[in-house]
Amino acid sequence: MEHGSFTDETKSTFSVADEDHTLANTLRYTLNQDPRVTFCGYSIPHPSDNRVNIRVQTTGDPAREVLKDACQNLMVVCQHVRNTFDKAVLDVKLTNPVRDINIK
Amino acid sequence: MSGKDKNLHNMSESESEQEGVDKEGIEWIMNLPDVPMKLPPHVELQRTRVECKADAPIHTDTIQYSGAFASMGFDNSLRLDNFRNNFKIEVIDLKEDDIEFDMIGIDPALANAFRRILISEVPTMAIEKVLFANNTSIVQDEVLAHRLGLVPIRVDPRLFKYSDKDAPNENNTIVFRLHACCERGKPRLTVTSKALTWLPNGSEFPLVSDKSVSNSKPKTYTSFSCSQNTLSKEFSNNPIGPKDSDIILARLGPGQEIELEAHAVKGMGKTHAKWSPVATAWYRMLPEVVLMEEIEDELAEELEKKCPVNVFDIEDIAGKKRATVARPRDCTLCRECIRGDAWEKRVALRRVKDHFIFKIESTGALPPEVLFTEAVKILEDKCERLIAELS
Ligand code: SF4
Repeated sequence: MEHGSFTDETKSTFSVADEDHTLANTLRYTLNQDPRVTFCGYSIPHPSDNRVNIRVQTTGDPAREVLKDACQNLMVVCQHVRNTFDKAVLDVKLTNPVRDINIK
Repeated sequence: MSGKDKNLHNMSESESEQEGVDKEGIEWIMNLPDVPMKLPPHVELQRTRVECKADAPIHTDTIQYSGAFASMGFDNSLRLDNFRNNFKIEVIDLKEDDIEFDMIGIDPALANAFRRILISEVPTMAIEKVLFANNTSIVQDEVLAHRLGLVPIRVDPRLFKYSDKDAPNENNTIVFRLHACCERGKPRLTVTSKALTWLPNGSEFPLVSDKSVSNSKPKTYTSFSCSQNTLSKEFSNNPIGPKDSDIILARLGPGQEIELEAHAVKGMGKTHAKWSPVATAWYRMLPEVVLMEEIEDELAEELEKKCPVNVFDIEDIAGKKRATVARPRDCTLCRECIRGDAWEKRVALRRVKDHFIFKIESTGALPPEVLFTEAVKILEDKCERLIAELS
């Protein structure tokens, strides 16, 4: 859910339900690395309320689009992490396959 | 390149730049090639290392804001191709249930997200409901049910659905039966997790209220439409059961008996720790121990003795003893080596901010390497969900 103004799209607070530091902190990190972002931060208004507020202020682009791009970037990063990890594990398994024999 | 070499390199760089500035001043700075601009070495050190001083660590934060070094012409923004080139994973150790790997070139925000997801958001199956038919042991029903919940179950949770409000069926519930009895005149009996036997056809306890239909199959606490054996090949080859067969559940005295049925469902660690797929998932930053000056003879010996985990070695060169940093990875940052007069000046303890030594210990439902990929996938799903919500 977005809380912003109708006249100024560049500043918004996004209230995301069912999320916590896990997503909010990684998004804050990716957003802060985006040169279009002038300010970004998040807060959890109440610990027993399962939601985070993510504040995004930009230099001119709509905050919503910038946040979407951050998510997209984060996904690309995750995919890269996953591929690199799978490759590294496969390499190890190929070089010493003893472990597989032990299991099955 | 060892930490020491790097440091010497840094120092020489700073000296040469210092001289340059002195000689030609602003002219020289303006003539520097502007792409790629590099930060001055001391700032670079602050950006990439945590320094552990005797009283407290300094420069512990990561500098994330893209324009943090704009005045110096250094672009701190995230470039995906940059990340791709620098990111590395090295698997150090891979065992059946443990993995240790180095994750290099990533921000703590992401490393921590993976850790958090591993602990609390990767689903597993765990016993949630226990139906007692008989329990005359001294372990109370609720205590025994709690113990059963914590028994790790060796089954791939991806083959099951969350039960939510659905009636228990073959796609969301695994049923175990436990019947143990210690006969009179026999020695005490220890009931272990081995006694949990899987019932692929679901519950065998008839529903008490159901007396209307007498001829057909009696209704039970679960409504399985087929045997779980037929669902997946994995199940018939490798029957579902507790991961370890030697977990003690209760001890029975002569004449005591336990008869129960345990229903396992899918869940997440954030609901209850019994669903957490890991015993621990943690990381530490790579320690970097640098000798700021040559440490020789008695001092070298003193230094070698100071360290409780033997980070330092002594090198013998032409009758001179010199301390070297042999195993910086073992350093626990106990800061023993920088205690006492002047030692803080001789030894620099640092941590590399973007190098994580990651360790995952699985409880056994899934192998540790699969757990990590699942965790990364979950973070991707979260992004996807947010994108969908924003569009
Ligand atoms: S901090 Fe402790 S473990 Fe690390 S090198 Fe110094 S004495 Fe050894």
